[in-house]
Amino acid sequence: MSSAYAEALRALPKADSPEWLRQLRHDAFARFEALGFPTTRNEDWHFTSVTPIAERTFTPVAHGPGTGALSPADVAALVIGDPSWHRLVFVNGRFEPELSAFSALPAEVRVMTLAEALQESPEFVAEHLGKLAAYRKDTFTALNTALAQNGVVIHVPRGVVVDEPVHIVHITDAQASATAIHPRLLAVVDALAHVALVESYASTGTASYFTNAVAEIEVGNGARVNHYKIQRESIEAFHVGTVQVSQGRDSVYHSFSYAAGAALSRTNVYTKLLGESGETRLNGLYMVDGTQHADHQTFVEHLAPSCASRELYKGILDGTSHGVFNGKVYVDPVAQKTDGKQTNHSLLLSPEARVDTKPQLEIFADDVKCTHGATVGRLDLAALFYMKSRGIGADQARALLTYAFAAEVLETIELDTLREGLEKLAFARFTRGEQR
Amino acid sequence: MLKIDNLHATASDKEILKGVSLAMNAGEVHAIMGPNGSGKSTLAQVIAGHPGYVVTAGTITYDGKDLIAMQPEERAQAGVFLAFQYPVEIPGVTNAYFMRSAYNAVRKAQGKEELDPIEFLELMDERLKLVDMDVSMLHRSVNAGFSGGEKKRNEILQMAVLEPRLAILDETDSGLDIDALRVVAEGVNKLKRSDNATIVVTHYQRLLNYIVPDFVHVLAQGRIVRSGGKELALELEARGYDWVMEAA
Repeated sequence: MSSAYAEALRALPKADSPEWLRQLRHDAFARFEALGFPTTRNEDWHFTSVTPIAERTFTPVAHGPGTGALSPADVAALVIGDPSWHRLVFVNGRFEPELSAFSALPAEVRVMTLAEALQESPEFVAEHLGKLAAYRKDTFTALNTALAQNGVVIHVPRGVVVDEPVHIVHITDAQASATAIHPRLLAVVDALAHVALVESYASTGTASYFTNAVAEIEVGNGARVNHYKIQRESIEAFHVGTVQVSQGRDSVYHSFSYAAGAALSRTNVYTKLLGESGETRLNGLYMVDGTQHADHQTFVEHLAPSCASRELYKGILDGTSHGVFNGKVYVDPVAQKTDGKQTNHSLLLSPEARVDTKPQLEIFADDVKCTHGATVGRLDLAALFYMKSRGIGADQARALLTYAFAAEVLETIELDTLREGLEKLAFARFTRGEQR
Repeated sequence: MLKIDNLHATASDKEILKGVSLAMNAGEVHAIMGPNGSGKSTLAQVIAGHPGYVVTAGTITYDGKDLIAMQPEERAQAGVFLAFQYPVEIPGVTNAYFMRSAYNAVRKAQGKEELDPIEFLELMDERLKLVDMDVSMLHRSVNAGFSGGEKKRNEILQMAVLEPRLAILDETDSGLDIDALRVVAEGVNKLKRSDNATIVVTHYQRLLNYIVPDFVHVLAQGRIVRSGGKELALELEARGYDWVMEAA
C-alpha cells in the first residue's frame, strides 16, 4: 500500500533537513503505516470510501524548481483573486517565485515557503509545525507531515493588521497526473493581529492526482483570522484537506469552504476554542454533479467558557453525486455559556443524488445554548410557481432558485472580490450550465 | 376577454370549484366575494395555472385561447397576472433581478427587445412611485423579511412592471392597514385602462370602496350564487353571506 510513499520519504533531500524534522517525518510515517487508510467501518469515514485513493499509486512530484509553463495571466484566469492580494503560487506542488508576489507585506509580517523557513527560522518552525496537526491519529495528516516538501509559513506578530489577504494558490496541470501533492500551511497569528488567508486549488485540465493538504492555524488572544478555502480541483482528482485551528481568548476565526471540484473530496475543519469568549464561524458550500463525492467534516471543541460557534453548510447535488456532512460540536464541562448553532441544508436536483448528514452534539456543561438543524430537500414548488406566474420559464426559474440557495451562504463571505467571484461562478453554473 | 364556462377543479381529489361560469370584457373590474372556503382563491390560482389544482371539467377562454392548455409562464407572457394572497419569499434573488427576469421573459415572448439593467432601473424608478416604495426595496431578496404590507405592495409593483391585460388580486386587502390599502388601491386604479381588466377577490367590501367594481359575484360552495352591480357588495356587508346563501 505504502511503498510509493515510503519511496517518496526516502527520496526527500536530507542535507537541508534538521534532525528534529527528520524525526518528525519518520514518526509521522510510522503512524501512517500503522493507521493505514481508513475504511468505512471507521465511524468518521462511514459514508466515504477512500479505496480509489488507497488502491492507486501516486508518485511524488519531481523536486526542484517548477516548469514555468504557466503565465501570470493563466493564474489569474484559473483562480478568483485580486492583483492587490499577496500571492504565493505553487504549480504541481512546486513553488513558482515568478508567479508569486508578496513583497508588499508589512515588514514585520513573515511569509515564507516551508523550505525557506527551515533555513531562516528553524526554531520557529520547530516550535509550531506538527503541534496542531493530529498526525498521530489521522492517516492523511500523518502522510502529509511525513512528506510535505513545499508549503507556506506565515507569522503575523502581535497587533499587526494585514490589510490585503494572503492568497496561497495551488494549480495543477497535465504533469500532475498520478502524483501526490502534500501542501502544508502553518499560520501563527499572534495576539490582536488580523489576517485573511485564501487557499485556492485549481487545475488547467482533467488530470487525476491526489492533493493531501494540511493547514495549522494558531489564532492568538484577540486575533482575527478569516480563512477561505476554494477547492476547484480537476474533476478526476482526489482532494483531502484538513484544517486545524486553535483559538485564544476573544479571538475570531471565520472559515469558508467552497468545494466544486474533484472526483472525491474530503474537507475537515477542526477548531479548538481554548480561551474565553472566542468566536468560530464555519460556513461552506459544495456543489457536485455526475459521480462526484464531497464530504465535509467539522469539529468545534468548546474548551473554555462563553464562546460562540456558528456553522452553515449548504450542498447542491445533481446527477448521482453523493454529499456527506458530519458536524461535531463538543462542549467541555468548563465551557459554560457556550452558544453553538449548526445548520446544514442540502438541495437535491436529481432523484439519484444522495446526502448523508450527521450532526453530533456532545455537551458536558449545563449552562449552554446549542442547536442544530439539517434539511434535505428539493426546489421549493411554491417559489417555482411564483416565478412562472411572472412569466419566467421553468428552466430559468429552477436555475434562479438553485443559484439563490447557493447565494444565501455565499453572501456571508466578507471578502468582496471572492464573494462576487464565487457568485458569478455559481450563477454561470446554474443559469448557463457552465462548470465549476 | 375572459370567459369561464362550467369550471370544475379539484385539489387532492376534493372538488372545490363545482361549475363556475363568468364572462368579462376589457375595461371592466369584477369583484369576486364569498365566505372563507368558498373557492375564491382556488379560482384565482386555477386561472394563473397553479399545479396543485386539477381542472376536471369546463373551459377558460382568454383572448380566444384555451388558457387551461397553457403553462403558468405562458399565461403570464400572454398578460395574465395573479397578485398572490401569500406572496412567496425567495431568499437569495433580488427583487430587481427577479422583476427584470420576469419583465424580459414577457417582453421576449411578445417579440419585444429586452431591457438591460440600467434601462430597467429607469423603468423601475417610475413604477416604484406608483406604490410609494423606496428604491432600496429592489436590492432586497424577493419578499424575504418583508412585512405583510410590503409584500402586498411588492405584488402591485410587479403588476405595474408587467402591465398585465388581466390582473387578479387575491385578497390583496388582507393584512393591510388603511393607509397601505389606499396606496395599493390607488396603484391599481392608475394601472386601469380600457384594454385591460381586473378581478378583485376579497372577503370584505372595504377594498371595493377604493377599487370600484363594475360587477360583483358571490362565490359559495364552489359556484357563483349571485351576481350584481357594486351595490351588491354593500348589501353583503350589511346583511352578511348567510343571507345570499340562503337565497341561493
